[in-house]
Amino acid sequence: MSGDHHNTDDSGPAARVKALEAVLVAKGLIDPAAIDKIVDAYETRVGPRNGARVVAKAWTDPVYRKRLLADATAAVAELGYAGPEGGHLVAVENTDRVHNLVVCTLCSCYPWPVLGLPPVWYKSFAYRSRAVSDPRGVLADFGLELEPEVEVRVWDSSAEIRYLVIPQRPKGTGRMSEDALAAIVTRDSMVGVAKIEAPARA
Amino acid sequence: MNGVHDMGGMDGFGPVVAEHDEPAFHAEWERRMYGLARLVMASLDVNIDEFRHAIERIPPARYLASTYYERWLAAAETLLVERGVVARAELLASEDAAIDPALIANSIAPRGPGPVTDKTANRPRFARGDRVRARNLNPSGHTRLPRYVRGKTGIVARDWGVFVFPDTNAHHAGTKPQHCYSVAFDARELWGKSAIRRDRVYIDLWDDYLEPITPVSKRKSAKR
Repeated sequence: MSGDHHNTDDSGPAARVKALEAVLVAKGLIDPAAIDKIVDAYETRVGPRNGARVVAKAWTDPVYRKRLLADATAAVAELGYAGPEGGHLVAVENTDRVHNLVVCTLCSCYPWPVLGLPPVWYKSFAYRSRAVSDPRGVLADFGLELEPEVEVRVWDSSAEIRYLVIPQRPKGTGRMSEDALAAIVTRDSMVGVAKIEAPARA
Repeated sequence: MNGVHDMGGMDGFGPVVAEHDEPAFHAEWERRMYGLARLVMASLDVNIDEFRHAIERIPPARYLASTYYERWLAAAETLLVERGVVARAELLASEDAAIDPALIANSIAPRGPGPVTDKTANRPRFARGDRVRARNLNPSGHTRLPRYVRGKTGIVARDWGVFVFPDTNAHHAGTKPQHCYSVAFDARELWGKSAIRRDRVYIDLWDDYLEPITPVSKRKSAKR
């Protein structure tokens, strides 16, 4: 049982949420327009493209990379990204010798300002349970096999620190612009379950 | 509390399956629920630890059968009813086990053991490189000390500074600010010899979760 099925019909949670919203609006406790405002941000502005911009800048600007590794909250704020679940950001860097993987075993903590809201697999019981005890097996589920000599560091987000993985810049991308690089940085690579492939040359 | 939410190291949930081109929300009610939860927390002054604990208090079988935003819904309903803001009869979920007080843990004050030390100063007890042991604490209330690390030995990697203490904050029993550290545990210390020797798990742990270990330099040199 994955616990990640989705109820899209009008029974069950859909009806309950509707009832709950109606009660709270009737009591004057919330403004329904405020819901749209909050949600809209995560559908339009706050998502993994933010994190991709941070990573691309770190790849192309060594001084920024240094700032990012020293104080990710401040370095990310330089690009205008901040907000809930982003008050204490930490960037961890993948190298030839170290591969980082981020999880929250107790709930599903995730760096919202740079990656948006977490995908279903990140919130799944399968990921939350096995990422700490069998990280290489979890990576294999994503089709990623690491060399045995690479050290895997799993970060369990048990407190208020939120982690962003800086993936390795793929070889053969030396001439790409920061914008072009940002376009190839994936969400999964910034959680640590994927590497980034260099785009095929046209 | 030793709840089913504390999943690190459990088996049996199968492979991790990713969805291609996943949207931020999978249904309109999920969108509404996300916004509602944020607004309810703000208007009732529910802190993040209290909200997390309301999710943990969902009865285990129900927790496992629910999606992420279904758990948010149950938590919001529980908190609203407990605070007396909404009557159970006003909710469609009035018959729902998730908000039946008889089935909800900690609808009254949790039992001890509470936090162990009582610090008024925010001075760190530990520094980078210190060997520490995660205490074997089993509070019936909220905690962010995962079961899989209790009793295990690790090394302090970073001191993140001072944070409010979830175990008390979730129950409005004080913020008890104290240092929180990144502690590195060898995979073999956590999972035994079948784990890869060089792999590590870094867990963020508050001062009250840790106890010092007397330096073992003598023992080490005797072995060699």
